[in-house]
Amino acid sequence: MKLKLATVALGAILAAAPAMADLVVPNLSYRTGPYGANGTQYADGFNDYFTLLNERDGGIGGEKIQTPECETAYNTEKGVECYEATKGSGALVYNPLSTGITYQLIPKVSADKIVLYTPGYGRTSAKNGSVFEWVFNAPANYWDGASVAVKYLLDQSGGDLKGKKVALVYHNSAYGKEPIRTLQDLSKKHGFTLTELPIDPPGQEQKSQWLQIRRDKPDYVLMWGWGVMNQTAIQEAANIRFPMENFIGVWWSGSEVDVLPVGAAAHGYKSLTFNGVGTDYPVYADMKKFVIEPGKASQGGQFVGSALYSRGMYAAVVIAEAIKKAQELAGTPAINATQLRDGFEALGITPARLTEIGLPDFGPEIKMSCDNHGGSGMARIQQWDANAKKWSLITEFTEPDQEVLNPLIAADSEAFAKEFNITPRC
Amino acid sequence: MIYREAGDFKTSYRDDGQTFPIRLDRWGYYALLGVAFLVVPFVIDSYWANAVLVPFLIYAIAAIGLNILTGYAGQVSLGTGGFMAVGAYSVYKLMTAFPGVPIFVHILLAGAITAVVGMLFGLPSLRIKGFYLAVATLAAQFFLVWLFNKVPWFYNYSASGQINAPERTVFGWAVTGPATSAPAKYLTCLVFAVVLAWIARNLTRGMVGRKWMAIRDMDIAAEIIGVNPLTAKLSAFAVSSFFVGIAGALLFSVYLGAAEASEAFGINKSFLVLFMIIIGGLGSIFGSFAGAAFLVLLPVLLKNLLVVRLGWPTDLAAHLELMIVGGLIIFFLIVEPHGLARLWRLTKEKLRLWPFPH
Repeated sequence: MKLKLATVALGAILAAAPAMADLVVPNLSYRTGPYGANGTQYADGFNDYFTLLNERDGGIGGEKIQTPECETAYNTEKGVECYEATKGSGALVYNPLSTGITYQLIPKVSADKIVLYTPGYGRTSAKNGSVFEWVFNAPANYWDGASVAVKYLLDQSGGDLKGKKVALVYHNSAYGKEPIRTLQDLSKKHGFTLTELPIDPPGQEQKSQWLQIRRDKPDYVLMWGWGVMNQTAIQEAANIRFPMENFIGVWWSGSEVDVLPVGAAAHGYKSLTFNGVGTDYPVYADMKKFVIEPGKASQGGQFVGSALYSRGMYAAVVIAEAIKKAQELAGTPAINATQLRDGFEALGITPARLTEIGLPDFGPEIKMSCDNHGGSGMARIQQWDANAKKWSLITEFTEPDQEVLNPLIAADSEAFAKEFNITPRC
Repeated sequence: MIYREAGDFKTSYRDDGQTFPIRLDRWGYYALLGVAFLVVPFVIDSYWANAVLVPFLIYAIAAIGLNILTGYAGQVSLGTGGFMAVGAYSVYKLMTAFPGVPIFVHILLAGAITAVVGMLFGLPSLRIKGFYLAVATLAAQFFLVWLFNKVPWFYNYSASGQINAPERTVFGWAVTGPATSAPAKYLTCLVFAVVLAWIARNLTRGMVGRKWMAIRDMDIAAEIIGVNPLTAKLSAFAVSSFFVGIAGALLFSVYLGAAEASEAFGINKSFLVLFMIIIGGLGSIFGSFAGAAFLVLLPVLLKNLLVVRLGWPTDLAAHLELMIVGGLIIFFLIVEPHGLARLWRLTKEKLRLWPFPH
């Protein structure tokens, strides 16, 4: 009897969560492990925006939004477990904040017909919507980032990079390897030499790479890092007195947790970004009134306004707008994932709309279509002020070099289509 | 009272030497196999397959493999993750190069390739022992992962270094790729796990296994009585790597569907499998299954209990999970240093005497 009871209890505990009625947007977050410091802020921003919509507007189109959270620890096996545990609950869209988990989920969501939204990460060629029907990566992807960074370097060196040396310090994983191909093509086009310096995850050990940088003396260093790797790299750069204004990270290497541990030495460090930072946006008045003051903020709202919090919130804004669009198209507030895909494909977020939401100039304009799942790809540069302890935006939104990127995207998505027998749909 | 040898007469040496000498054990074993093959495939859903049973079976295969090397032959190895990567990348190269060949053949070939690589890295074991050998296998771990990251040929020159499993079928049923049904995934892994466990059990109680154990218990004595350490040690490395390679191939092709060397096959994986056999019990096939179950199922169970049932914050639950699993490992090792398999054996011995223990 005892054994039987134990078996039943075990079965009940192991079984997945029951189905839910509202719009379900699972939050596959990570708040533990070497990437936890970054992941936790992003997850807070993501949760808080949906809490705001629920509290202020009663959800989207009258439907409440649920964000059941599942801890992945940036680990692909746990990511699969989380996906399987939540997909039965009527999940509409996933945002796992991990390129590894994204690669894992792309075939799965395509088979299960669920949307995967990977803003600024994931598989770059998913921009080609006619191959990747269920994946969206607007507003910008890694290759956009690489191109915008090189454009900025061109600006810095008077429009000519010939003979310059650029080093890429990257997380030795799918994520870090993504920009290499683009940077190689760009180096051919603009005549700079590219040195690739892989750093094994999690990235606490990078003395030898920075020794090489000290010896080679590159003019610029680009970084594709995440988690503890970022702060270690910035510390190492400070140790060898590399000029911080020539050190540019991708948007995932540009948050407060990355630069604060380095202190004053991080002053002048730059990074890409595609969203605004800080609490000087009208939306935070509502956020304070409906979410933070009533004590409903995720983790008590300790990271409100930080770079990653803002990015998590931005992802939530785009998903919320897509849900709204999908509801308009479908004529019903209770949409399913297929309708949400249509909503994403018809999505247009104009600057006027952003102002209406209370986030003027927060992100680039997004215009998606059946074959363009990646938006315009515009990004801008921000710079760290160690004295004021804040990021300031130093350029406007810049277009990437589509002339270089489009053939690369076409080639990579064709390879995927061939591997998985997909016929382009539009 | 029921669980005993009395009345279960054996009339041949063959009968006497069987794996389950007690009738109740035998019936339990057949019942378990029956349920696993005939009932579970019809009731399994994708959550149970992908989050619970498939990883359990795959890690059980890897644990049996490592148990052969460490538990039976006494050669400590920290290269399990690297050997699993060899299995995964071999099956990937084979799958993409020869799409027409059945996937089961590819998985077996991947195991064979891993066996060769394992033997190569097993060569140092002829000269060094114990901790020093552990360091040599650690080198295998780091070298292999580095190799699969460094040489683009292994990942077919994809932009990100990721490998993706395309769809392959067995008798018209997809067993890899996104369209694979939960029963197909489960049955594939189950067939491999059962057959390999059966092979391992029979190897270890035959002459090969006795040679391994002789080497483990005292290699000089073994050499004196005529066991060739070269063949014994290298065959242990080969068989062990074959098992681990198949586990890696299944992990990539059936379970995950996409992988990258440093994330999926890092040093953590080596430690995980090593902990499985230490907790499960060195030198025991049952122990490999028990250890895999303990380390794969317990975290999922705790997560579902704390987060889904009790609604605790996910980060708190994740930290508690580490503490509880760690605490239980220490508890089990203090209570029974020989692992769960020994606990199971003690239970069975007590059962035989029950209810009159004196």
